[in-house]
Amino acid sequence: MMQAVPIYLENCAKTFTDGTRALEPVDLAIAAGETLVLLGPSGCGKTTTLRLIAGLEQPDAGGRVLFGGEDVTALPIEKRNVGMVFQSYALFPNMTVAENIAYGLRLRRQSAAEQRARVGEMLALMRIERLADRSIDQLSGGQRQRVALARALAVRPRALLLDEPLTALDAKLRDTLRFEIDSLLRELGITAIYVTHDQAEAMALGDRIVVMDHGRIAQVGAPRDIYQRPASRYVAEFIGTMNRLSGHAEGEVFRCPGGYVVWPELPATAREILFRPEDTRIAAEGEAASLRGTVSAAFFCGDHVRLFVDVGEERPLVLETPARREYRHGETVALAVERHGLMVL
Amino acid sequence: MQHGRFLYGLQFAFTIAVCAFLVVPVVMSILAGLTVNYFVGLESGLTLRWVLEVWDGYRDTLFLSLGLALACLVLTLLLGVPLAYLLARSRGRLARAIEELLMLPVAVPGLATALGLIVAYGGLAGFRTSAAFILVGHVLFTLPFMVRSVLAVLSVIDLPTLEEGAASLGAGFAQRFRDIVLPNCRNGILAGALMVVTLSMGEFNMTWLLHTPFTKTLPVGLADAYASLRLEIGSAYTLIFFLLITPLLLALQALARPRRTVFAERDSSAENDS
Repeated sequence: MMQAVPIYLENCAKTFTDGTRALEPVDLAIAAGETLVLLGPSGCGKTTTLRLIAGLEQPDAGGRVLFGGEDVTALPIEKRNVGMVFQSYALFPNMTVAENIAYGLRLRRQSAAEQRARVGEMLALMRIERLADRSIDQLSGGQRQRVALARALAVRPRALLLDEPLTALDAKLRDTLRFEIDSLLRELGITAIYVTHDQAEAMALGDRIVVMDHGRIAQVGAPRDIYQRPASRYVAEFIGTMNRLSGHAEGEVFRCPGGYVVWPELPATAREILFRPEDTRIAAEGEAASLRGTVSAAFFCGDHVRLFVDVGEERPLVLETPARREYRHGETVALAVERHGLMVL
Repeated sequence: MQHGRFLYGLQFAFTIAVCAFLVVPVVMSILAGLTVNYFVGLESGLTLRWVLEVWDGYRDTLFLSLGLALACLVLTLLLGVPLAYLLARSRGRLARAIEELLMLPVAVPGLATALGLIVAYGGLAGFRTSAAFILVGHVLFTLPFMVRSVLAVLSVIDLPTLEEGAASLGAGFAQRFRDIVLPNCRNGILAGALMVVTLSMGEFNMTWLLHTPFTKTLPVGLADAYASLRLEIGSAYTLIFFLLITPLLLALQALARPRRTVFAERDSSAENDS
């Protein structure tokens, strides 16, 4: 087991020397053993936040970084004992796989026997024993990422920091490694901070997700909370797909160009309502079809069809429907919306 | 098929012709240095007399050139590698300007650089008459080659991230420089060293102006010999130069090429010191 520490950011802002404000003052508490995902588009401050925790950047005056009770703000990365995994892996091309994994141990002046034992352990953990004597340029992307993880974990770091570790890999490998990283983090119980711009990755891995926007935290919460109760339209649209109808409220009825939606809790001031694709469906026969539109695109995905329906809004509504029936471009369809999925923001 | 063979024949003949064009003068020169009387021809017989005469008369120039080349190598390593590292790490406009300025001594004729040195430092008698004066010129001239070849290697690897990786594992600056930066620019350093040593050994333009009767380098001595002594002596001199520089170059090249075996050596040494 690893020693898991909680990590606190207190009032951490970051302004670069050219005056760019990468991060507005941020407070963040990461529980011991938790996997926290920093999510957002490029330039949102997620990588800067990670680098502040790592010690690769210093926060502006007044900011503090704490590992457990220890204030590490002034410590450079080499004194913080964190494991770091980079998007480009950052494996040393002048060393073999085993030497890469042993490097941190060598710096800690461990004996040859200790180093060998720990490297063996790490190789086994990542199931890459047979790669031990390879040089880095002989490895595939997935293998490199496993070596990078093994190297970061070998030194028993206080926290594991991952900066878009899967972005350079192809989709299939990304799925496999995502699963592996998830089991690994759970098994080790290490405090982990994971940066990604991929919301699917964030939802699969994170105990909690921090959605970031222009150097600010837009929302912090469990994946389910963030998906089902987004705090803002930014979050709602960044995480998953969101359908939107614009119009006005008439009592319990929301009227829009494509028809109407009945919702008992409808706020009287609502100018738009939002709902997820999975709460949208083709109306059953005989059901009162409250929304009508024409199919603007239909993508066959094997087990389902992803339908784009034009209901006279800025963007078509998106829904997934069983692939039993074929949909043609321009065909008129009637839609129904599940009431429990409706929200206003 | 027929056509292809004809083309192949043509290329082959051309290659041989070019090689002959380059090699024949070398062979002629070597033979000239070994014949008793070049104007009579090979019939006059072969002799080592000229070689020995050069050895007696010009031994010092040879050692001076070797010494200068090695001193020049040491200085360009000490100055050039850290400079290349700094240039690779900084992306500022200043760094790019320095990179360009550094090439100036190569572009400016050696004579002009030498004149500049003499005008600026010629008054310092002790310095002017020492071999160090020539060394300064050689370092000026060869430093860009060291910096460029190290920089070329450094700019293809993602050095900042590699260093951050090492730092995250606990490596301070000195350890990162030793374990990550130097090994990864090894090939650039070797290529640069090769250039520096050959350029310094063969440098004539600048050295001709910078030298004094007591600080003659091999190429200066060679010009001397050709100008004032028998052709056989000049050729024998060239022969000695070849004998000296060829093994040196081969050794450096051998160091620079086979990456794999060098890795194997590293492995065993790592096991030894751990």
